Amino acid sequence: MATMIRVDVQPQDFDLATEYASVRDKADNPGAVTIFSGLVRELQDSGSAEQSLTLEHYPGMTEKALQDIAEQAADRWPLSVCRIIHRVGTLQPGDQIVLVATASSHREAAFEAAHFIMDYLKTSAPFWKKQVTGTQNFWVDSRTSDHEAAARWQNKQGAE
Amino acid sequence: MLSIHYFASVREALGRDSETIEQAAQISTVADLIAMLSARGGAWPLLEDRNRILVAVNQAVADRDQTLTGNEEIAFFPPMTGG
Repeated sequence: MATMIRVDVQPQDFDLATEYASVRDKADNPGAVTIFSGLVRELQDSGSAEQSLTLEHYPGMTEKALQDIAEQAADRWPLSVCRIIHRVGTLQPGDQIVLVATASSHREAAFEAAHFIMDYLKTSAPFWKKQVTGTQNFWVDSRTSDHEAAARWQNKQGAE
Repeated sequence: MLSIHYFASVREALGRDSETIEQAAQISTVADLIAMLSARGGAWPLLEDRNRILVAVNQAVADRDQTLTGNEEIAFFPPMTGG
């Protein structure tokens, strides 16, 4: 099955209803659309200090990496549409940061493909988060649990 | 010519975001390039830490032993933290 893949890296926000309608329109006989949206969390221990998160990326490689992840998902699951939007620049707590939408005839494929894409995206697309809290700022460390989540898929078979 | 880019914490530690290097005869692998850059001293030896520094060649993550012909785009950066 040919999968319609579209990937965007952008500073602008996105609208879930618009993206859902677009994926639904493009999908071939969809039985399921899964939409995952990631939000910027507020740090718990920062008191009342003003917070923001700045995302740096590697223009060119970022788009290629996201396209590659979407193609891997399309190889493993029968998807008719795969859509990824990742924001860059400075974001505030509560802002939307990432969208993954998958459409398939079957819910398992739509669910699992979206999960797979998020797990891979966190460790293999060249984005870096810098947390700014009050007057301090620091680069967010990569987490072992994120690498374990991505590695888990290497031992699983795709649903069919 | 090698086009080199530095991102995120690596860019900040080294104080630059990019440079170009004419292919020196002794640079035939990524490891050779890292050795040459590390020899600058200061913060540069951080590039040798393979647990904390990733390398991309022509926008794909690469190993230290990858061969270079002299016309690549190389990037150094910390582990990725998107999503």
